[in-house]
Amino acid sequence: MIYQGKQKIWADYQKEIPDNHWFYVRSCIRQNFFPGAEKMFLEICRNVLEKDFFETEYHTTCGGIAYHCDTIPQETVMTIVARQFSLMTEAGYENYVASCITSFGNYAEIIETWREFPELETRIRELLWKACRREFKIPRNLAHASDLIYKYRNEIAAKAKYRLINRYTGEPLRVVEHIGCHYSKMFPSKGVGGAEYPYVLCGMIESWGGNVIDYPERRHCCGYGFRQYHVKANRGYSVSNTYKKFESMEPYHPDFILTNCPGCPYFMDRWQYVIAETEGKTYGENGYGIPVLTYEELASLVLGYDPWDIGLQLHQVAVEPLLDKLGIEYDPEEKYKGLNEKDLMRPELPGVLRCC
Amino acid sequence: MKENIVIIGGGIAGMEAASRLLDLGYKPIIIEKSGRLGGHVAEWNRLFPDMTPASDVVNALTARSSEANIFLNTEISFVNKLKDSYNIMLSNGISIITKIILVTTGFSLFDAAKKEEYGYGIYDQVITNKDLEHWFNTGDDARVSNCGMNAVGFVHCVGSRDEKARNSQCSKVCCITAVKQAIELKQKFPDAMVYCFYMDLRMFGKKYEDFYISAQRDYGVRFIRGRVSEVSENIDGRVIVKAEDTLSGKPVKVTLDLLVLMAGMVCNPDSTRVANMASLPVDSDGFLKSRDNIADIIDSPKDGVFYAGACTGPKTVPETLAEARAAALRIHLYIKGME
Amino acid sequence: MDFGFKLSPSSAVNLDNVNLEKFEELHRMEPDVYKCMACGSCSSTCPAGRFSGMSLRKVILALQRGKEKEATAMMRNCMLCGKCTMVCPRGINTRHLILSICRIYNGEEK
Repeated sequence: MIYQGKQKIWADYQKEIPDNHWFYVRSCIRQNFFPGAEKMFLEICRNVLEKDFFETEYHTTCGGIAYHCDTIPQETVMTIVARQFSLMTEAGYENYVASCITSFGNYAEIIETWREFPELETRIRELLWKACRREFKIPRNLAHASDLIYKYRNEIAAKAKYRLINRYTGEPLRVVEHIGCHYSKMFPSKGVGGAEYPYVLCGMIESWGGNVIDYPERRHCCGYGFRQYHVKANRGYSVSNTYKKFESMEPYHPDFILTNCPGCPYFMDRWQYVIAETEGKTYGENGYGIPVLTYEELASLVLGYDPWDIGLQLHQVAVEPLLDKLGIEYDPEEKYKGLNEKDLMRPELPGVLRCC
Repeated sequence: MKENIVIIGGGIAGMEAASRLLDLGYKPIIIEKSGRLGGHVAEWNRLFPDMTPASDVVNALTARSSEANIFLNTEISFVNKLKDSYNIMLSNGISIITKIILVTTGFSLFDAAKKEEYGYGIYDQVITNKDLEHWFNTGDDARVSNCGMNAVGFVHCVGSRDEKARNSQCSKVCCITAVKQAIELKQKFPDAMVYCFYMDLRMFGKKYEDFYISAQRDYGVRFIRGRVSEVSENIDGRVIVKAEDTLSGKPVKVTLDLLVLMAGMVCNPDSTRVANMASLPVDSDGFLKSRDNIADIIDSPKDGVFYAGACTGPKTVPETLAEARAAALRIHLYIKGME
Repeated sequence: MDFGFKLSPSSAVNLDNVNLEKFEELHRMEPDVYKCMACGSCSSTCPAGRFSGMSLRKVILALQRGKEKEATAMMRNCMLCGKCTMVCPRGINTRHLILSICRIYNGEEK
């Protein structure tokens, strides 16, 4: 692998990311999957880095899941998006940042479609006006939330309490990065680092002290693929794709996987359990799985937040071996306690995958 | 005969034209940007389909054109159109007034790194056709010398017939070059599996088809109809290639010790520069536009400006040489007409 | 545990795992097998083809991709009529080739 070759490509795909004043929209599913991630994004951006991130309770889904599952027509998803943009316009913002990769891809795709078919934009403006008497401006800048953490990566590194170093060996941690398909595969120029060798997560890992692993199936889908998972008859395809990725990364012994998509961490996390149960195979050390983190969770960890405050107890694959390597202190007794010491109850343990 | 003839480019087209013009009694001037003559051919090892050493061709041409006025390491600074002639200013400070310009600026090799999915410049074991010829010539390339050589792949049409890479043209010589290089590798490493990933095989020239059949029948080179879509690197540094075997409609995957990208011919930016300075038209493919693509391929639309070789489009060595000879004769007749 | 779904097999051909020993033997016996350029003349003229799926082009390809069962199943429908020899533009002696395939891959046929 020639690192300089990648740097050359990364230099070609740098997008403009303004430093401050963003209108933030959440994902439909992330708050259930990894509930700490979005909370920590706002916490880090607002309270640690003191940036202006605005959020409104009036925003909805972007319609992306329904669009990609082929259950709503394009005009509908466009009108939903137009309404989201109108909320941004009303709030006085021009920079729009989405928590979800598919939302980000959806917004990018719709803006590009309107550019190519202006009559469609006119029609959507009419539909939005008829539906709810709203008007909107197209965002001046569109970003995915990982673009922002990428942008702030060095500021975060400067404030970090932990580095991505294995404290037992002193070596940098080996990190697999996985980029959501809708981040830059549709529009390589809209992603940091392009589509073949995206840099957005690599940049964070490097800045925080880890080593990035490039393995043969790096570009492959996590397996979610909307219709692959949501239609039960297709779920075998979903888990097969995840299996393919894990088989490919296995020889590199990654310490953890870093992701920037709602579905990817979920499926790479949960399918490790299914693969363990059906194939009897686990990919981490000593029967554990490979922990899968979102970039917000990782940023929170390096900044020194308590693992149980950022929602790591909701991962299927145990994160404790990773916390031990990082030297992060945690109280096992606190793991299943929620806000105000509320008892979250202990989950049933799986048969094959080691979780504690 | 005192008429100045300026030949821009000291590749095989420029040298062949110069040698023929010398035969006809003229004293042509060759302007060459680099420090040596021979262009791309001088960097090649052997030429299809008879495995002729490229150096034989270049050395013979160098000897035959040595009486010309040759300026090496020299570029054109600007070209001024005078009333019935051109004033050419060279980077060495010399200016030449001439009524006749022969453009032999040739082609550029497509930059294979632009096809990001193939990982040239990123994955160690991905090289180009030119890199392989360099290794044939010098044996100096650790990527080739140190690999296991159990399996090798060739990717045809890299940057050719590729609208996304902004080169819709066929580069013409890569199919047969891949066949040649595959045979050469098989001769050196008979036990290696050699795969050629192709879209079409365009075996248009004399003896090419025989060469191709021999590659299959006698050397067992495996041709897979399907374009490589993605290359990645294994933990042991070998490359994994994904393509579709379009004849069976199934995806194929193979691990290779070496992947050779058949980088195509694209227009030379220097041709475009000369074209801009002398107000010559450029065709939709970026190559120089001839007065007519059938009858007057060596004529530019401007009086006294002629073309030979790959500056007007991808060409083989014999085609280039034939055009250079034709251009020499054309220039001779043009001068006769002026008198 | 039964989840109601499981890993699905891949349709991809992994050339790393294809054992070509028998094909190499065939190539030694029938060097011309590599001359096939998959033009399809043999298949389109094959009287058995449209009823049984026999295609010599596909047989030659399947053998090279390690799909020996698929190939020998097709071969069972050949009636050795010789039409493919008549039309092959590469002049491959297909009758001879078919008999050699049968001899070498006989094990798979049973």
